[in-house]
This record gives sequence, structure tokens and C-alpha cells, in this order.
Amino acid sequence: MTRALRGTFLALLALFLSAPLIVVTGVSFNGNARMNFPPQHVSVIWYGNFFSDAGWRSAFTLSLVIAALSSLVALSIALPLAYAVWRHGSRAARALQALARISFLLPSVVVSIVFLVFWSAIGHAGHIEDTILSHAVVFVTLPLTTIGLGFQSIDPALIDAARTLGARDSEVLRTVIRPILLPYAICGLVFVFILSLNEYIIAYMVAGFEVETLPIKVFNNLRMGFTPTMCVGAVLFMLLGVLGFGVIALIGDLPKLLGGRSQGNG
Amino acid sequence: MKRARLSLLLLWPGLVTLSLTVVPVLLLLRISLAPQDPSAPWGTGVSSEAYASLLAADSLRSLGRSLELALSVALISLGAGFPLAYCITRMRRRVQVLWLVFLLATLTLSDVLIAFSWQVLLSKRIGLSKLLVALGLMDQPDSLAPSVGGVIGCLVYLVIPFTVLTLYPSLSQLDRGLIEAARTLGAPAWRSFTSVVIPLTRVPAVIAFVLSAVLTLGSFVPPLALGRPEHWPMSVLIGNAALAGHNLPRASAMSVLLLLVTALLAWGAAQTLRRRAA
Repeated sequence: MTRALRGTFLALLALFLSAPLIVVTGVSFNGNARMNFPPQHVSVIWYGNFFSDAGWRSAFTLSLVIAALSSLVALSIALPLAYAVWRHGSRAARALQALARISFLLPSVVVSIVFLVFWSAIGHAGHIEDTILSHAVVFVTLPLTTIGLGFQSIDPALIDAARTLGARDSEVLRTVIRPILLPYAICGLVFVFILSLNEYIIAYMVAGFEVETLPIKVFNNLRMGFTPTMCVGAVLFMLLGVLGFGVIALIGDLPKLLGGRSQGNG
Repeated sequence: MKRARLSLLLLWPGLVTLSLTVVPVLLLLRISLAPQDPSAPWGTGVSSEAYASLLAADSLRSLGRSLELALSVALISLGAGFPLAYCITRMRRRVQVLWLVFLLATLTLSDVLIAFSWQVLLSKRIGLSKLLVALGLMDQPDSLAPSVGGVIGCLVYLVIPFTVLTLYPSLSQLDRGLIEAARTLGAPAWRSFTSVVIPLTRVPAVIAFVLSAVLTLGSFVPPLALGRPEHWPMSVLIGNAALAGHNLPRASAMSVLLLLVTALLAWGAAQTLRRRAA
């Protein structure tokens, strides 16, 4: 591809990918309740509105709580599983890992029905823990991947050296494995956090009427008509996403985490 | 001793994973065979009424629309995503990281928020239609949604980051020496792309295609928010049957059907790859 052609192509795609985001951000700064772009009478009243409205604030807080807890639960599943695969290479652990990855790859509406059926069958539909556990299981594949990469990056010679120097298993775990693994685990946490924050259909199916997260509230408002307050929610989530992945890029090797070349040989 | 430790290690992951993947899928199969009961999530006993309802003309049409939508979105996303992923892997590291953060941020942004953004973008008062008028392509600003084009545009938007990130590893690891060799031997740039890069990345390209198709098959909000009822694919019917219709057996039967379609797509892809490799 010639340079000019490539530049045009990239610019067009960047425009396509940012256009809806730019428009929504613009509308959120409107001074009146109408959809205007570019915004008229630039103001932040809708931001004030968002944080002073108890409904929006509680939806936002609820989303944050669910995202935080489901990422911790996902980590509690992924960490022992990835360790069992790496340390013991057991067939059971491998099979379980493959199973844990599946729900992320199935059509999301189907997955949401599968969870709804499960929580209804045990007579427990409509609780916050349904949303948390369902999100943890769907997104566990991400910490499994990052932590798996972390274990692979551990040089066996390091562990041998620690053992030769008399370290017991628990000491190896604490002094060698933990520091290497930490950034990978944090990346996995951030991935689940952001995905859970934004997830709509599963949260709606398993507990949408009782547990109204921010995406659910935006969706419910969508049916009733437009308010610029919805745009504020969208802008906040965009910022959280960019912030989260920015952090990953800073503490970790993002291209390597996504399976590309690492810093060293790239 | 070692066995005991391993079992202890796998206790919690195994419990959660099995009870939230295998058990619910079995339940799904069971409930798809239950009769509808307005006073309970599903009735007792066995009935084939949910599967019989799949043969109705509107169910079949919605399945057809699902497939059409899935294939067109996957095709467009691959067509645009493949060159994009290729270009990204050729960028300087800093720019590359910037693109990756941007793609991840759009990838994770809620489909509700994206569908909403598209509604705003396609509305009469804002953006696209005004731009088209300024370019002389339209006479006066008009609402561009609900429309099939709006649904496809929004779904492509949602799927492209997945396509790019699926292709990214293999394109990034691609042996640059091969491309340089092709260029040294006199192949023009496009030729080195079609005869070296594309054949070497056939496997991830097929995977990206299937992944995009499956993502589209499962999408609920974009077709609901940007399409008319006559554009609704099966995923919207599933959601509505479960939520508005209180007919979980029917929603389950349609879900089983979509699972079969997904399996068929994955199998078809595996066959294509195997045949080419042989």
C-alpha cells in the first residue's frame, strides 16, 4: 500500500470509530435539553444533573460494585486454574480451562438465556450476586489468558535457583512467582472490570428489574426518549475504558498481552 | 498428597465453572422441551410446542435475517479489519499502543451506549444526514434510522475491534523477512500482501470471520434500537420471548437453534481450514 492510500484508509477508519463517541461527547455538553451538535451554549449542567440524580448515581455505583466484585471472583477462578495447568499440567485442569473459556465465545443472547434459566431453576433470579457470578464466569477467559501468559513468562531457571538456595514451595510462590505474576493478574482484573461495567444483556436477563446497572438504565431511558444525561453516562464509561487500558499499557506490555510481539523483539 | 492438593486447587474453579456452564446448558435443553406456563417460568411435563413454533414463518424469516446479518457484518468487518490490523502491526510501537488502547476502549464500550450513539449520529438533527446534505448526496436532513443500514453500520462498529484484535497476533508475529524477500524479488507492495501475507494468515482470518458472525448472531440491542420489527433477527425474538412474552421454553428452543447454528459455523470453518491444509 502506498503511503497516501494507507494514511487515508487509517484516517477514515479512525473517523468511523470515533464519530459516534465524538457526537455523544458533544451532545453531553449542550446547554439545553435538545440534541444539538456541535453543542450550543456549552455547559456542564448535565454532568451536575447526572451526579445529583439519585437514580443515575445509584445505577453508576451499582455498576462499579458489580464490576469490582465480578473481577475479583473471576480472578479467584482463574488464578488456581491457571496455576494448576502450569504447575501440574493436569488433564482435568486443562479441560476445566477449556470449558471456562466457552461462554465468552457463544452468542451473548443465548448465554444470557442460559444464565436466566439457571438462576430461575434454583429459585434465585433477580439478585445482585447472580449478575456478579454470571459476569465472572463469562469474562474469566481474560484473566485466564493474561495469567497464563504470566506463568509462561517465568523462567524455570529462576525457580530452580530459588530451590537450590533452599526455598520451599510457599517461599518460591511468594518471592519469585508473585512479583512476576502481579502485573498480569492486574491486567486480567482490569479487563473483567471494564467488560462487566459495560455488559448489558446478561445483567438485564438475570436481574434487570431488581438490579439496575448503568447500561440497563440507559437502555430503559432509550425507550422513553432522549435526555442528555444519558450522554454523560456514555462519556464516563468511555473515560473509564480509556483510563483502564491506559493503565494496562503503562504497567504491562500491551502488544504482548494481546499476543503480538513484545517490547524486546519488536 | 499431590492429587489432594490439585483437587483442593480445582475445587472452587470447578464448582463455579461446571455449575454455570454445563448445568445451565442441560437445563436449557430441558426447558426447551417444557410447555409454557403463564404463572411460572415454565410448565411441568414434556411438550414439543416450543420447537414446533420454530417452524412458523416468522421464526424462519428471523433466522434467515440473522444469517444474512451475521455474514454481511463478518464480511465487511474482515474486509476493513484485516488491512487495519496489518497497518497497526507496521506502526511505531507508541502509535501501535495508542491504536490498541483506542480499539480496546471501543470494544469494551457497552453495546447499549454504542447503539445509543448511533441513534444520535443517524438522527435528523445531527451529524450524518447534515453532512450528506452538505456533500450534495441528500436533499434535506432526514432521519437515517431505523434502517437495515443503521443496524449493519452499528454492528460493524461493534465487531471491527474484535476482528482486528483476533488478527493482530499472527500479523504481528509474521516473518517480515518473507515480505522483504518478495519485495526484493520484484513483487509490488500489493502483490506481497496478497501472495505472502494473506495465505499465511488464513487461519486467524477464518477464526475472525466466524467470531464476528457469532457476535452478530448474539446481538440484541443494536437491531432492536436501530431496526424496525421487520428487520429483527432471531436474537431479538429470543430476548423478547424471555422478557416481554414470558415464554422461556420458546426462548430456550430458539437459543438451542442458535447454538446449533454457531456449532455449524465453527465446524464449517474447521472443515475449510482442514481441506486447504491437506
